[in-house]
Amino acid sequence: MSERPQPLIVGAGPAGIRAAEALVAAGLRPLVVDEAPACGGQIYRQRLVPDRRSTRDLYGPEAPKAEALHRDFAALDGKLDYWPQALLWNLRDGRADIMVEGTSRQVAYDGLVLATGATDRTLPIPGWTLPGVFTLGGAQIALKSQGCAIGSEIVFLGSGPLLYLVAWQYMKAGAKVAAVLDTAPFTAKFNLLRGLPLFPGIVLRGMRMTAELKLGGVGLHYGVADVRIEGKNAIEAIAWRQDGMEHRLACDGVGYGLALRSETQAADLAGCRFAFNQRDRAALPERDAAGRTSVPGVYIAGDGAGIAGADAAERAGERAALALLQDRGLPHDATRAAALEAELARIGRFREVLEAAFPFPAHWMRDIADSTTLCRCEEITAGEVRSAIGQFGVHELNRLKAVSRVGMGRCQGRICGAAAAELLAHETHRGIEAVGRLRGQAPVKPVPLTLALAAQQEAAE
Amino acid sequence: MSRRLSVDVAIIGGGLVGSSAALALRGMGFSVALLDKGFCGAQASGVNYGGVRRQGRPVEQLPLSQRAHAVWPRLKALIGVDGEFLRSGHLKLARNEADMASLEAYAQAVAEQGLDLELIGHNGLRERFGWIGDGVVGASFCAGDGHANPRLVATGFAAAARRAGVEVLENTAVDGVTRDGDGFALEAAGNLSLRARFVINSAGAWAGPFAESFGEPVPLSRIYPSMVVTEPMEQVMTVNIGMEGGGIYARQVERGNVVVGGERALPLADADFSRPRGDGAIAIMNNAAALFPALRHAQAIRFWSGTEGAMPDRNPVIGPSGTTPGLIHAFGFTGAGFQIAPGVGEVLAELVRDGETQTPIEAFSIGRFRETSARTDAGSGAGQNQEPQH
Amino acid sequence: MALLRRLVRADHPAIPFTLDGEPCEGRAGDTVLTAILTQAERLRLSEFSASPRAGFCQMGACQDCWIVLESGERLRACSTALSPGMRILTRRARAA
Repeated sequence: MSERPQPLIVGAGPAGIRAAEALVAAGLRPLVVDEAPACGGQIYRQRLVPDRRSTRDLYGPEAPKAEALHRDFAALDGKLDYWPQALLWNLRDGRADIMVEGTSRQVAYDGLVLATGATDRTLPIPGWTLPGVFTLGGAQIALKSQGCAIGSEIVFLGSGPLLYLVAWQYMKAGAKVAAVLDTAPFTAKFNLLRGLPLFPGIVLRGMRMTAELKLGGVGLHYGVADVRIEGKNAIEAIAWRQDGMEHRLACDGVGYGLALRSETQAADLAGCRFAFNQRDRAALPERDAAGRTSVPGVYIAGDGAGIAGADAAERAGERAALALLQDRGLPHDATRAAALEAELARIGRFREVLEAAFPFPAHWMRDIADSTTLCRCEEITAGEVRSAIGQFGVHELNRLKAVSRVGMGRCQGRICGAAAAELLAHETHRGIEAVGRLRGQAPVKPVPLTLALAAQQEAAE
Repeated sequence: MSRRLSVDVAIIGGGLVGSSAALALRGMGFSVALLDKGFCGAQASGVNYGGVRRQGRPVEQLPLSQRAHAVWPRLKALIGVDGEFLRSGHLKLARNEADMASLEAYAQAVAEQGLDLELIGHNGLRERFGWIGDGVVGASFCAGDGHANPRLVATGFAAAARRAGVEVLENTAVDGVTRDGDGFALEAAGNLSLRARFVINSAGAWAGPFAESFGEPVPLSRIYPSMVVTEPMEQVMTVNIGMEGGGIYARQVERGNVVVGGERALPLADADFSRPRGDGAIAIMNNAAALFPALRHAQAIRFWSGTEGAMPDRNPVIGPSGTTPGLIHAFGFTGAGFQIAPGVGEVLAELVRDGETQTPIEAFSIGRFRETSARTDAGSGAGQNQEPQH
Repeated sequence: MALLRRLVRADHPAIPFTLDGEPCEGRAGDTVLTAILTQAERLRLSEFSASPRAGFCQMGACQDCWIVLESGERLRACSTALSPGMRILTRRARAA
């Protein structure tokens, strides 16, 4: 098997790192490409330079996991090829187009592990394009990676475990957290009790964080609706309705997110078959318990094919690598594979609990005002989308994109895609699963017109 | 669940040709069913470059092209949206003296056709189009040409046809058409049985089997033009740009994005769909950055491609079947369908109503392939880097 | 008024750059986004309504933080490290 091209791993977060480790352990030399300057992914993102904070300060109780991942990946140095700050922008016919420092290299691979992770899921609300409104992930990066707070009176808004985690991290770092606005009713949190037998540590830690926020004087508001961020050129306040009452709170920074959404562009370009996932309310690449997609030789691990979190990502990365080894006819540890799958199944059950505790407010799109900007890139309002749906009689998402430009801008629908799908489903009286999904198009992210094409080296490989 | 329908005219293929024919026929009072295997305007009609251009077409296409020329400014009244049609002018560049000579020869050949072409030398180009970079010796300008947004125009015609009372049946592939008494019987997806007095075969790249089933095989092949679009830029490009002898073609939309086309894409595993190749997209991007200095810092945000039917002589098939009364063909536009399609729709409607049209279409008769049709060769289609003619 | 508030690294080595012509200082370890937003309230103006924007996701996904240098060069502020002498514009709405 000497002359086969090397396996390609896209993403150096928890899934990508563990996949790389398992492939190296089996004697393969994978190529790992990652957009960030250092490994760790979003959750275990590293600072550009060290500062006075410890890893415990940065990653809290997850610090040992972060340290282990960073250390284990560093230990692979010399046994794999690693291209940081590299953008996989296209996949075709078993080849990857990868941009490194303004030059595009075409890479043939034998085995592709996609560990592309996730980004924040949001829905459009009035004022969400104002400076100072960041996603929860963005707010967390500002703090962890850059040592900055996103304001001096900060409100955290949304749903999902990250909501409380980021608010707590900000408070611990000495920033002023004005309030946490949870879009779900307090009663939804009772679902967490079902999670106690599965992962008591995580549930108790979440409860402790919530208690510490309360003790720290942070107002926790549940069941918030009709949220508006007010201000003309800067945030002045956030307003919402709760139990039929209007509320308004002055602030200058907002961290906002409604859990996470999978980054699936690469899987789409690789030709993977997608299926609608009711829990994530999104079309996701199909994968078996090991991470095999519908395309032979293409594997997915981590949040890129459904949100399951960092612990699952580590296991899924290793599991996908074992599948790759097995499919290549190499020795692989079947016992280990089975154990990983069992752990992933247990985490999957816990995800159901979290989803019930932090439900996604899809109904917001039913009531969205015509004047609210839905697509940030192309600055298209909900009203314009509604009238395009009516004018052209479209009921499929790609057709809506064609006639309204939603999902056509720089972000390729990452930010507005979920909202557009929910709005289209509502306006056409269809289920969200019936409106289709935005087809991925290259480039995965913007590339310069002057992108240089590297000389071909593959013939020699 | 089976369904039966009976109409005057069944149109196979909801692209711009089929949709505009449907709208015109409905306006004449015919009952019409418009069938598409996917969504109307989702293939070549909706994803092409968007050039609305007469300049550069073979002379035999110009009467039809002029007819369509009159339709474009009336889109808003006709279909309810203007399709972002801009009469910007179309500037065809020559990179060397030989190309310039061929632009001059073309201008002479079509002098009587009313295109009002203006030949511009190197200095004139510098003065009037200073945003075009080096390496161009002259150009031919057609002030009446322009560009439009194909995503809106094709879909807009289908939506207007639906509002006018056309039975628009999407996701309804036609499985078979047979002559039945004095009309046709169509079997389509979803257990749909349809009877029609007339059938229009406007199925684009998928039209071949329908023609063949009536004893008229055609050398129809497929081409996949590649497109790149930039982020929104400051307005700089005032005209739609083409190049003599092929190369890139480019236009800037009112919102600021620059659309550039050039290379050919390759089909995907499902050959009905295609996607640009990475190196092809890079070639387009690099060429655009070299030709237009204002784009040298631009980012490309999206690539796409479409599936277009192509004929070896680069002319479409338009007109009545040679074997079957009531059957009318209109396909194989070879990347040149967008501008003339609204005119073709009117002509097809006249062929149904009157059995003839005043617009000369003899050159597009399917009969021209009768001698060659026995060949198994499917035809090579258009040259690899020829500018699509839309 | 600055949008971001620095909690650490205030004592790190200074990196000089200009913001709409005005000399500024960032700190070693800053992204371009951090360097701008610890001085200013926005990164850019949006293309179609010229409303102020300051990024959103900070992880290279939303593409909301593309800024322009005086040279015309474009870069994504959240995923580019600040380098000395950068001449950054926040007033221009569009690339050109």
